[in-house]
Formats: sequence, C-alpha cells, structure tokens
Amino acid sequence: MISQVFFILLLIIGFGLFAWNIQFIRQNINLGKDLDRSDQKSKRLKTMLLVAFGQQKMFQRILPAIFHLFIYLAFLLTSTELIEIIVDGVFGIHRFFHPYLGSLYTLIISTIELLSVLAFVATLVFLARRNLLKVPRFQMSEMSGWPKLDGNIILYLEIVLLICVFTMNGADEALYLQGESHLPGVGTFGFLVSSFTGPLFFNSFDVETLHVLERIGWWGHILVVFAFLNYLPISKHFHIIMAFPNTYYSNLNNKGGLTNLSAVKEEVTKMFDPNFDPYAAPSDGEAGMPERFGAKDVEDLTWKNLMDSYSCTECGRCTSACPANQTGKKLSPRKIMMDTRDRLDELGRAKRKNGKDYHDGKSLLGDYVSEEEIWACTSCNACVQECPVNIDPLSIIIDLRRYAVMEESKVPSELAGMLTNIENNGAPWQFAQADRFKWAEE
Amino acid sequence: MSTLKVPTVAEMVARNEQPDILFWVGCSGSFDDRAKKITKAIVKILNYCNVKFAVLGAEESCTGDPAKRAGNEFSFMMQAIQNIELLNGYQIKKIVTGCPHCFNTLKNEYPELGGDFEVIHHTQLINQLIREGKLLLKEGGSFNGKKITFHDPCYLGRANGVYEIPRNVLKKLDAELQEMKRSKAKGLCCGAGGAQMFKEAESGDKEVNIERTEDALEVKPDVIATGCPFCNTMMTDGVKYFEKENEIEVKDIAELIANAADL
Repeated sequence: MISQVFFILLLIIGFGLFAWNIQFIRQNINLGKDLDRSDQKSKRLKTMLLVAFGQQKMFQRILPAIFHLFIYLAFLLTSTELIEIIVDGVFGIHRFFHPYLGSLYTLIISTIELLSVLAFVATLVFLARRNLLKVPRFQMSEMSGWPKLDGNIILYLEIVLLICVFTMNGADEALYLQGESHLPGVGTFGFLVSSFTGPLFFNSFDVETLHVLERIGWWGHILVVFAFLNYLPISKHFHIIMAFPNTYYSNLNNKGGLTNLSAVKEEVTKMFDPNFDPYAAPSDGEAGMPERFGAKDVEDLTWKNLMDSYSCTECGRCTSACPANQTGKKLSPRKIMMDTRDRLDELGRAKRKNGKDYHDGKSLLGDYVSEEEIWACTSCNACVQECPVNIDPLSIIIDLRRYAVMEESKVPSELAGMLTNIENNGAPWQFAQADRFKWAEE
Repeated sequence: MSTLKVPTVAEMVARNEQPDILFWVGCSGSFDDRAKKITKAIVKILNYCNVKFAVLGAEESCTGDPAKRAGNEFSFMMQAIQNIELLNGYQIKKIVTGCPHCFNTLKNEYPELGGDFEVIHHTQLINQLIREGKLLLKEGGSFNGKKITFHDPCYLGRANGVYEIPRNVLKKLDAELQEMKRSKAKGLCCGAGGAQMFKEAESGDKEVNIERTEDALEVKPDVIATGCPFCNTMMTDGVKYFEKENEIEVKDIAELIANAADL
C-alpha cells in the first residue's frame, strides 16, 4: 500500500515537473516571429512519418543509423511496457497484462528484450565513439564542457535503464521457475533473453534476495524513466520529442528559395510608385513601429528557427558536411543552433524573472555568433540536407547577415563593392549595363 | 566573327512576335570571358534546334541573388521588382537560364513577388531537346573513351533537387561518367555560393575549391563537367592550382554537348 502511494506520488511529480518545464520551452519558442506553416497538412504528416518516425534521413550515414535505430526502437517499445509498469504500480499488481495477452505478451516482452540487448550494444558503441574513437565531429570546440558531459550522461542513463530491465526480468524468471513470483503459478515466462539470463545469473540467489533484486530492477527502471523525462528539457536529448513537431513543420519548398522580406518589398514598391505620397498619413495597416530588418537576437528569428534549436541533438552531421568548416573556417552550423538555443534559454529566463519587455542588452549576433562565422557560409544547403530532423541553420545565418548589412551597414568591403555595382549597373561587377549584350557581337 | 542568331525580346515584340522561351543569360554569362563561351554554346544549341528564343540583351539585369545572399534585401528587391515588371511587360511565360543561381532566384523567389514563370536550367532544356530528337549527337564523337566527372552545382542540386538530368545529358556523350566520392545530395560546394564569389574567404586552412578539386582529381578525369559559371571558375582555378590544366578540361555541359553535336 505504501509503495502504491509512493508510486502514485512519483507519477504525479514526474509528469507534473515535466509539464512544468515544457511550458517554459513553449513560451521561449513563442518569442519567435510569426510564420505560417499551417498549410499542406497531409504532406507535413507524411514528412513527419518518414523523417522522424521512419528515421529516413538518419540513413544518409548507414552505420550510425543502424545503431541509432536499435536505441530508437527499444525506446519506442519500452514505452509500451511502461503502460504495464504504471498499471502495476498504481494498483499494486504484478504483470497485469500477462493473463490477458497470453502468448502475445511473451512476444511483446521478448521483442523488448531483444531490442534492449541491441540497444545495449549500440549504447556501448556510442560511448566508445564519443570517448575512445574521437570521431572529429564530437571533438570540436563547441562540444567541450557541458555538451560532452550531456552526451555521456544520456548514454550512462541508458545503460542503467537496460541493466534494470534485465535485472527485473531475470530475477522474476528465476522466481517464477520456483513458483515464487508474484505472478501465480510456476514455470518459465519464455521471454527471449531472460529465460536464459534468469537461470544463468540469478539461480544462485535465495528467494528473498531475488524479490529484492526484482524490485530494484522494477523501481530502478521507472525511476530512471522519470529522471530521463525531466532531464530532457535541459538536454540535447530533447530531440526524441521535438523531432516530431519539428519535421511536421519543415520547410516544404525548394531549399534554395530564401524568404522575401515583405517590409522591404513594401518600401521598394513605394519607391518605384510615382503616385506614392511620402507625406501622406500612414494607412491603418502600416501604423506602428517599423520592424527590424533581419535578426540581431533570437526574438527576431521565426518560431520555427527557435523550435529547430530545441530539436538539435548536436550530432554534428551538419558541421561535418559544411564546406567552410571542412576548410578550417570558424563557421559550424551546429554551433549556430546551439548558440540560438542557449541564447533563447538565457533570454527566456531573464524575461520570466523581469517581465516580458525586459531585455538584457545581449544578443545572438555579437555575444554568441560572430560576424566571421556568418560570412564564411556559402549557402550550399549541405547542413540543411544532412540534418536528420530537418533543422535549417542556413535561414538563421541569412537573417543574421541581413541584420548586419541592413541595420548596421556591416558588410565585408568586397561585398560592399559588389552591392554598389548591382545597384548602379545591374551586375555584381563594374561593367556598364549598356555593354551587357556585347558578348553576342564578339 | 559570329554566326550566332541572338534575337532580343524587344526586336521580336517589334515584329509582333513572342519568343517561346526567354534565355536568361545572367551576369557571368554576359560579362565573364570564360562564361561567355558557355553562353555561346547554349545559343548554338538553341539555333541548331530552331528554338524560338530571345534574350533581354541590355535590358537584362542581375536577378539579385548575390545581393540577397549577402543580406541586402533592398538591393535584391529593387532588382527583382524591376526585372519582374520587365518580364511581365513582355508577357514572358517560360525562361531558361545559363546559371543555377539565376535559375533558383527566378524559380523560387520571384513568384511571391508577382513573377510567375516556368523556369528551367539549360541542362534541362538540352535534355528535353535530345529526348525530342531535335538535338542529335555524333556517333563515336570526340568524347569516346574519355572520363567525365560531374560537379553538382549546389543551386541546381540540393537547392532544387535536379541531380539526374545533367547526368542523363552527359551519358549521351559516349564517355565514361564517373562520380566523385561526394556527389548529388552529398556533393561538396565549389566555394562560390552565398556571395562568396565576390569576396575573399574567411581565414581557414584551405580554400573550398581546392578541397573540391581534390575530390575531382581522385577520379582522374579528362573532363570536369559543370553546370554553373561560378563552379566553372572555381574548378578551373582549382585545376590550375594543381597544375593539371593541360590534362583536365573544365567544361560546362552546354559546351560539351555543342562540341559533340559538332556545332
């Protein structure tokens, strides 16, 4: 009875705390500018099913994709096992679904066990990859400190979780063989892995110890799950949730098209309009503060840019595909995403503390991302192509450039010349427009 | 001397005619000496296939691509609005470009501003002309036995998903088409996009075009095929850097096809 009460309390605190933390992330994402992604619902659903649920883009790199798939599938299926754990915990019963599902139950748990073994192997591989193999994309400067620790904490937690699962099932198997399980009867559960590991590792223990071990596994499992759940919002591992909405709200247009700034369009259209009266009172739609051109801080980005930043799991595929990064430039698309998230987190906190109009005077461009980084980009879309959850670092880079150029007039000097040429003679080089057709005569 | 027939839209309209397709030459194609050769190769193909095309001539102006990518939306918008007005004034419906950057901007960024055209890249037009039987390539042409590798322009490939059409065209050349280790969606940029063409690169330990030329040299090609005047410049410079300019040609697909058709 006490354990039931304790379990229900844990459940409420676990989910409640998670919901509490999630609302801050939601508030932070809503600091971004409007963007309409409510169209093409069926295409969006399809993208989500393929890219997030179906892991499509992970398979651009086959080996990590396979190991990641083991962990992903184990996670998905273990979540179904969680239903039973919750039912058992609340009502104080043991293996509630066993009598109802029969051989299907054996099949489900066996599949979970198989995937758990594969996930265990994958976790060890990933730990080795991060800490022993020194894969370059996990060793870059933006990965030192917390991001490196974060990556390892997740993998350690997974190991603890998997050990708990096998302790729980193995000890229970050993008990059931002796007719001592809390499930009435005697025999084998027939689960794929624990029907072997049970007798192998747990037969030497007495019944009392086995009951303790089984409970340690059971409670350990659910405690790690809730620890995980509440670790997510401060971790890169949040991608396991954000991958779904983030791919749903993907940019469905050709990657090459950049957004057109409607405020600029209005200004330029007026400029070309001979009937436009610059002294006329503004019409209703125009009133209010003129918006900032481009992005200086996270609030100037769209909510989708901000959602992108919470969806990033810092895998670094973008950065490893980036031509600028490969040739030693300072730009790393992953760092752009991490900076965006870290800055958003900082600003969101400050606003919750000091009111929504508060601004701490810092900004994404300058305090987090340097001009050198944004000017190294070739806009080649390799980072966008690589991202397994359809994050778009390029649109942030372009918006930061827009701010630097249009609001601060900060532009590399050669580009200033190029821009002047376009304005003066309609070409990036200094040739007379009248000579544009001379090639046909040469 | 030139035997090219290059009508302008203004001339055509004066004769009460409409071009079936507008050839958007682009700034490189108009002013850059190397790119002008590509422009002429495209015109040779259009002439040979009797395509009823026209150019804007001196009325053409930058699409605004480099301005937009350099963050100057005002410069871009001034170019875009004027170009769209001109194109709509001439009632242009279909455009072929000699440059993937123009292609991308016209295709993806102009419609929202009122410029709704069917836009294709010159490799797509060439592919269509070959398929329709209008463009015949000589059997056992000069490319027989040669090895060609295609460098995907970012603004044709990843930006617009056109990967197979340039390859289909190259396969008609009777040559061996060999992929670089990074190609199609994984193709490495030449280093010129995003307005980099017009500035020095940020400090690093290598130029992007050198990195990409190394990819190309690995397959030991006779020809590096391109579909973009910027890529052409970058790859040509890369080949010169490795002092391979006597062994490896950097050619646009249009030039290769014009050559194979003996134009």
